[in-house]
Amino acid sequence: MNSRTLEIGVGLFVAAGLAALFMLAMQVSNLASLGGDADSYTVTAGFENIGGLKVRSPVTVSGVRVGRVSAIDYDTTAYEAVVTLSIDSTYNAFPNDTSASIFTAGLLGEQYIALDPGGAMENLGEGSRIRLTQSALVMEQIIGQFLYSMAAKNEEKTSEE
Amino acid sequence: MTLMLDAIQQLGRATLDFFERLGRGHLFLMQVLVSVPATLLRPRLVLRQMHSVGVLTLLIIVVSGLFVGMVMGLQGYNTLVDFGAEDSLGVLVALSLVRELGPVVTALLFAGRAGSALSAEIGLMKATEQLSGMEMMAVDPVRRVIAPRFLSAFLSMPLLAAIFSAIGVYGGWFIGVSLLGVDDGAFWSQMQDKVDLHGDVYNGVIKSVVFGFVVGWIALFEGYDAVPTAEGVSRATTQTVVHSALAVLGLDFVLTALMFGD
Amino acid sequence: MTEPVVQIRDLRFARGNRLIFDGVNLDIHAGCVTAIMGPSGTGKTTLLKLIGGQLRPLSGSIRVNGEEVPSLGRHDLYRMRKQLGMLFQSGALLTDINVFENVAYPIREHTRLPEALVRDLVLMKLEAVGLRGAAGLMPSELSGGMARRVALARAIALDPMMVLYDEPFTGQDPISMGVLVKLIRELNDALYMTSVVVSHDVAETSAIADYAYLLSNGKVVDHGEPAALRESESRWSQQFLKALPDGPVAFHYPAAPFYDDLMQGG
Repeated sequence: MNSRTLEIGVGLFVAAGLAALFMLAMQVSNLASLGGDADSYTVTAGFENIGGLKVRSPVTVSGVRVGRVSAIDYDTTAYEAVVTLSIDSTYNAFPNDTSASIFTAGLLGEQYIALDPGGAMENLGEGSRIRLTQSALVMEQIIGQFLYSMAAKNEEKTSEE
Repeated sequence: MTLMLDAIQQLGRATLDFFERLGRGHLFLMQVLVSVPATLLRPRLVLRQMHSVGVLTLLIIVVSGLFVGMVMGLQGYNTLVDFGAEDSLGVLVALSLVRELGPVVTALLFAGRAGSALSAEIGLMKATEQLSGMEMMAVDPVRRVIAPRFLSAFLSMPLLAAIFSAIGVYGGWFIGVSLLGVDDGAFWSQMQDKVDLHGDVYNGVIKSVVFGFVVGWIALFEGYDAVPTAEGVSRATTQTVVHSALAVLGLDFVLTALMFGD
Repeated sequence: MTEPVVQIRDLRFARGNRLIFDGVNLDIHAGCVTAIMGPSGTGKTTLLKLIGGQLRPLSGSIRVNGEEVPSLGRHDLYRMRKQLGMLFQSGALLTDINVFENVAYPIREHTRLPEALVRDLVLMKLEAVGLRGAAGLMPSELSGGMARRVALARAIALDPMMVLYDEPFTGQDPISMGVLVKLIRELNDALYMTSVVVSHDVAETSAIADYAYLLSNGKVVDHGEPAALRESESRWSQQFLKALPDGPVAFHYPAAPFYDDLMQGG
């Protein structure tokens, strides 16, 4: 084997390997779409029930992804879950009466936080707390309520008869 | 009675043999690791091995990666479309490749293609007294022959696994987006949403580095420890593939549990 | 007489449970061709490996140039081996590089000579064994005799003080055998080396040896100048040197009496 072709072969191989790693980092993973935590700010929000929300779940506004959940804790004095949101600093002009709701993407999809901007003059900043929150809908509760209301209706019907 | 005693004796001997080999394998590894820095001073040796270990394995990796990705695309689509979740195809393909299939299948193919070749080569060098000859020429065969091969196996594996995964993602994309009509934007954006650089890509690379280390070690040790006959070499080659496969799959479970088991 | 180059005293070595050497004493003198002869399986190759420090003895002393080989550290052992050349039975040429590179191998590994000088040295060594024309061939293209000559050129590449020959004549046709016999003697005298020839080819070895040792069953059975050995009174030496089919080394492998064995078959 000619030593020059050998060197070229190895060179191409290493270059292809590094290019593949780069592709995995930039194209496949979220490196490009969401930079590190360096240029983001965090706000917290309390929820009565977060359902299946997880760390790294997306945070969206009008369906546009603006950040992610960076931590989930439980506040033992207020008896509620405290979710820390890490929001990209390019989206730094949300009014401080913005509300946060936990929704489910699709019927079986994962849960995410949707922000709904309010109308206040002041904006959310580093460490702010979102006051208006709406908890996750827990399927069992909904079904339970539904069945309960159906039963109540049926009772009304039978008593009317 | 004597039959039982014989059986116990045999068991004891087999156990001792096993531990002896295990010990020898680790001593061998130490010897190799000590020799690796000296090898770095002679990059030409490593370069030559990178060629036979890495470049020559590339073709099978590229082809397998493409087909595995395409199969993932097809199977994933058929399953996901029932839930109306075919937009998540990119996630499915990318996550399974980056986390599992990339490192594991690459390691298995690597053991079959490069590992067995390494064992056979070293075993034959031993059988034809080439290693002995080097020793008598005051050339340390571990430093001159084993260490460069070990280093190149160790360096090649993550690169090969990355190539496998990348090609596989494009294979899945080709089937899903080009043929089955999944939305191109959804394919990539969902993927980028769900695949994490640290959690998934880095961990995949760590896995493949570990596999490269282990497969290189097993292949070279089997060759170096082979009985220097035709039968011994063929046995060493087979052992390399079997032991590598077991080690890779076992380690994969342990690593997965450590990385994603929270 | 001067201090011997190799001095072996009371050497004991075992492989598994089998004792291969049991109290061997041996002297190899500078400038001589010393033959070590014995039947197959007496551990002649093992003896060379012990001298080269590839194996360690159970007990006893092996001194090469006054240094105790078994107790040498790795570094000193490698330093000592640079002064040794060894010709393996199979040649042990590196199969992935050509003849020229094989001979150049020890030179490149141990010295930093300029390329032009390496080339001159290699061609000189190849000329000495008559294979300068084969420099570009790969080891797989060589005949057995040629491979052994290339290996010899490699063994003398660094001008060692001593060359160990492991069965140099086995499996050679008469012509290449003659060439090797001549080469060993001539190289020994021309380069003022010391040669150790391990062999069971009595005629060829006796022809070039200055001194011979006969090994059997882990012991030195007889030693002396080859001519004197042929007149030795030892029955074993007589049998070995004259290739008699029966004698102290029995024709039959140890077995139960023949009659008993036959009767067992019923």
